[in-house]
Amino acid sequence: MTQLRDPAMKLLDSQRRTPWRGAVRRVGFIAPAAVIVILALIALFPSFFASFFGNGDPRFCDLGSSAEGPTRGHPFGFDLQGCDVYANVIFGTQSSLGVGLLTAVMSTTVAVVVGIIAGYRGGVVDWVLSRLTDVFLGFPFLLGAIVVLTTIGSRTIVSVSLVLALFSWPLQARLMRTSTRTVRGADFVRAAITMGVPTYRILVRYILPNAITPVLVIAAISVGSVIIAESSLTYLGIGLEPPTISWGLQLANGSAHFIRSPHMLVFPALFLATTIISIIVLGDTLRSALDPRRQR
Amino acid sequence: MTETLLSVNDLSVTFDIDGTPQTVVPGISFDIAVNEVLAVVGESGSGKSVTAMALLGLLPRNATITGSATLHGTEMIGLSDTERKQRLGSSAAMIFQDPAAALNPLFSIGFQLAESVRSHTPGLSRAEAHQRVLELLALVEFPDPANKITNYPHQLSGGQCQRVVIAMALAGDPDLLIADEPTTALDVTVQAEILDVLRRMRNRLRSSILLITHDMGVVADIADRVIVMRQGAIMETAPVDELFHTPTHDYTRELLQAVPQIGKRPSAITTKARTSKEQGPNAPEPRPVLEVEDLVVEYRRRGRGFKAVDGVNLSIQPGEILAIVGESGSGKSTTALATIGLAPVTSGTVRILGKSFADSGHSELRSLRERIGVVFQNPATSLNPRFTVRNAVAEPLRIHRGMRGRGLYDVVDELLANVGLGGGWGERYPHELSGGQRQRVAIARAVALKPDVLIADEPTSALDVSVQARVLDVFRELQKELGFACLFISHDLAVVDSLSDRVAVMQQGRVVEQGSRSQVFGSPITDYTRQLLNAAPLPDPIAQRARRQARAS
Repeated sequence: MTQLRDPAMKLLDSQRRTPWRGAVRRVGFIAPAAVIVILALIALFPSFFASFFGNGDPRFCDLGSSAEGPTRGHPFGFDLQGCDVYANVIFGTQSSLGVGLLTAVMSTTVAVVVGIIAGYRGGVVDWVLSRLTDVFLGFPFLLGAIVVLTTIGSRTIVSVSLVLALFSWPLQARLMRTSTRTVRGADFVRAAITMGVPTYRILVRYILPNAITPVLVIAAISVGSVIIAESSLTYLGIGLEPPTISWGLQLANGSAHFIRSPHMLVFPALFLATTIISIIVLGDTLRSALDPRRQR
Repeated sequence: MTETLLSVNDLSVTFDIDGTPQTVVPGISFDIAVNEVLAVVGESGSGKSVTAMALLGLLPRNATITGSATLHGTEMIGLSDTERKQRLGSSAAMIFQDPAAALNPLFSIGFQLAESVRSHTPGLSRAEAHQRVLELLALVEFPDPANKITNYPHQLSGGQCQRVVIAMALAGDPDLLIADEPTTALDVTVQAEILDVLRRMRNRLRSSILLITHDMGVVADIADRVIVMRQGAIMETAPVDELFHTPTHDYTRELLQAVPQIGKRPSAITTKARTSKEQGPNAPEPRPVLEVEDLVVEYRRRGRGFKAVDGVNLSIQPGEILAIVGESGSGKSTTALATIGLAPVTSGTVRILGKSFADSGHSELRSLRERIGVVFQNPATSLNPRFTVRNAVAEPLRIHRGMRGRGLYDVVDELLANVGLGGGWGERYPHELSGGQRQRVAIARAVALKPDVLIADEPTSALDVSVQARVLDVFRELQKELGFACLFISHDLAVVDSLSDRVAVMQQGRVVEQGSRSQVFGSPITDYTRQLLNAAPLPDPIAQRARRQARAS
């Protein structure tokens, strides 16, 4: 029995060998990728972007224009202190995006390692790791963060992210454990065991790619809640070193005056929402591009 | 003449899949007479289930149905949801394939039956509904209905569950029963009982049955008329006797030929073991490849021990195919799992080539695994969806032989060519293959290291008959070529008959009968084996009728 390569199959093959090229051409990739590149540029060169409307200094505040709406030269209006909201949003990108992404990467890494080991090994290992997860899950987040941050003293983006990651990995770890347990029972894993495939290879090549999807979705969504959590810490004075500018802090301040001057909340929130949606859409596109089952 | 109950005219179903329309059923027409059993047969993907679902309006939203289907002169296609709800149950009802999934595990069967009784006849009192439920259960010959009515689905056997599902379907006195593979999930002995229930019920209630099945034996047993479907089109419609004895369409003939039958083993098939045995009694008995001694596998459930395997002894000589047959729950799969170290062995020993899993070290275990190939039941789940076919087959070679690059792929491509998947198939992913192709990949993977023994757990039961025939051919060829010994687990006696050298019959964790194939199938010792042999319906309506009468008398 010989199967000749028909043209349709050739097309399928060429698409498959370069899943990245296929993904790159999609709107679902281009649009969010462009947004994230722009945000990254903003984070790296805030003063360049802030000076677009002629008032690029986030620290230049005039109490006389407190909480005023958008005007010429100040497209997003002023906050309670009379500072330019646009300049603050631009300068806040660095710390917010930094904390958000760094925390997501750290917590997901820990979660995947803990979850996959607990889920695959089961038994005593699973019990110990699961109870450890429960302890962190049950610990009051703010209390824990206060204790840790006051103890370590340093309050940079990295240390704040570390603290946030310390308390955000347990949920993802539980998720990873559950999906690992589902995949572990699959016939292809049992087949791998009977073939004598080493455990490490089973974990990395068989279980991880088939179990990680739900965790990645939660990780992308968690970026948003981490940015908010950073603001709570900064608001309490134990977050980033003052005088700090971050989206979270702006949101926290703006929310108190939302009825009277909604622009203080709406513009930073818009940036936050755009960031999160871009990350989620990008993740989704890449996932389907790299998953052989969803290629068309 | 007979009165027509359902008349389907030019029914077509088109699915909208990501914006591209795909026509699954391009327009078919057929009739069902009152009190007739019409069987629709065809392989998976032939559109038989979709047709039935379209009649009941159970298709998902992305399906477009055109044409007409009139039941008692009422149009069924294009009804609004509320109209359909009124009609369903009183004019047409459905029996599903998996009885365990069709019942709600949280309510007693009595409650669920009363629920459907009341929804069809509102305003019934509690006592009246209870009475009707008992009637329905009696109708489907449910054992001891008065006491079992408070039972929950998990307390009942599969056959009892299916009776409840049938009773539920009957609650609204439907004129038409649509049964979608009603016995596929059941054991043969239970299947025979359920088919009897359906047959007697139809005689009593004068209802019609639209039976969807892939099993020619079931068709021969119960159908009056048969429609053969392929790729959404009707190939042939004929009364049952005519279809089996003088099939007019080539495809029907192909289908009938693909059905394995006990005692019809092609004479050309000989396995290595048999030829070596014929060398005479003086040849020294070689050492068995696989020995199972007093194997006990016990699972603990809520503190109570449950012996899935209870003292099993087996041995397989090099190149020999030993088949284990039995119904679900007989412990045949657990025995297979124990031989590959995937089931907890409570006591007894499993030795492969003289070595046992239990007292092997890490490296010994690895080299032992190299000598065993395994084929699982469901090819859809036994291949890693992230690996291409080529990588899946390459995996054992990579791990045990340390092969890499060009040389590895040459070997893999040859293996794939051996199972009929040469050419460009290697670059494909499992989801792009059909079930039969996937199973051939799994077989290629299992024999990649030229194992001494192959463990095959129901390797063809998830496949269509014609595909099964092809996979079994591939299997036989490879066995002849490589001469591996094989432990073949199956519930299908006909498949076992066509393949094995020796047969072991298992019941409730024990081997009740063991012997050569001709001995077990030709002159079985135990009643259980005889029962199994008789329960499988023959794909021949006349022979099956004779057998049914013999069984009844």
